[in-house]
Amino acid sequence: MTEWPLYEVFVRGKRGLNHVHVGSLHAPDDEMAVRHARDVYTRRNEGVSIWVVRSDAITASSPDEKDPFFAPSGDKVYRHPTFYEIPGHVPHI
Amino acid sequence: MSPISEPPISDSVYEGLFGGGDDHWAFGTGFSDPLAPADAPLPSGISRAALAAYCLMLGDDALVLSNRLSEWSGRAPDLEVDIALANIALDLLGQAQVLLSRAAVADPSVVPRLPGGSPVPAQDALAFFRDDRAFRNTRLAEAENGDFGETISRLLLFATWRLAIFGRLTDSADAILSGVAAKGVKELAYHRDFAARWFVTLAQGTPESRRRVLAGLDVAWRHHDELFRAHPVEQELAAAGVAVDPAGIAAEAGAVLGQVLAAGHAKLPAVPQAGGRPGRDGLHTEALSRMLAQMQSVARAHPLGRW
Repeated sequence: MTEWPLYEVFVRGKRGLNHVHVGSLHAPDDEMAVRHARDVYTRRNEGVSIWVVRSDAITASSPDEKDPFFAPSGDKVYRHPTFYEIPGHVPHI
Repeated sequence: MSPISEPPISDSVYEGLFGGGDDHWAFGTGFSDPLAPADAPLPSGISRAALAAYCLMLGDDALVLSNRLSEWSGRAPDLEVDIALANIALDLLGQAQVLLSRAAVADPSVVPRLPGGSPVPAQDALAFFRDDRAFRNTRLAEAENGDFGETISRLLLFATWRLAIFGRLTDSADAILSGVAAKGVKELAYHRDFAARWFVTLAQGTPESRRRVLAGLDVAWRHHDELFRAHPVEQELAAAGVAVDPAGIAAEAGAVLGQVLAAGHAKLPAVPQAGGRPGRDGLHTEALSRMLAQMQSVARAHPLGRW
């Protein structure tokens, strides 16, 4: 039997604002992938929305490129918004 | 359902997003069971015995097929399908639990007597201590699973029929029946969708998958007419606005099945219907006796056991 393609699954939680990657699964086609994702990843009342995408449709950064990609941001502490104080009377920041 | 409270204002940037509760964790919250216990007042003017019998009919269908589907656990064609079938089995088990509880409330005399001091609740006594002659499920539910194609064909037929019944049962004069139906239509809509998709996939797949799913449909179809033949209890309670007459949903279910079969390029099976009296009368195939022997053996060996 030919192996079913692999899908990556993203679920948006009840009060979450964005879809979060929760895992992967095999499915015969896109529609069945959504259903399998419902069965495998939202059994415990977690989700309100599901995205699936075939894993081979994802372009990822390569581990070989780790240093050129990510090392340069490691010493730029000034990019973090930690150098000012939030006034006590300003909510929702 | 508990109302969702507004998130409190806090100093944390992220807490506001999640309402400060546990809602953002991997497990869900807000579980509720508005149907427990199943002791709402009975509708007036109906026979308690008839209501109990009807609850057993719908409850036993769910209990027996749930057990059949559970037999796939660890054996399904794929991990994902394994979990899907177990989910469906659990949905049906939940329906059975409420319906058997309701049967015991309507007519306590249907519950088997257990030794004094037994902690077994009424719905469990009904599930694990009744003999096959006291089960009122249709024979479609009890048939052995066969292969995956046969399981899918049976589930397609069962879920299509039960969804049509539950769709109308939401208007039942009995508060528990209408509540079970309102919850169940969402579950059954998924079961039917799952079975229909798999039916079409197998029917349009390889010659072998097509041969198998159509052979499975022929097997399931032998119990087709029984599903739509009303038992006197169903007719009596349907007249009182409590039950649904299965004869009245045949056209609706037939239209749905026709669509699915057409999508799979399959014809209505031309197989003879199973003979004998229907499961609603308590007459069953030996497949049910064997299944109950296995399902009930542990509970019966320990009638005072606490689970």
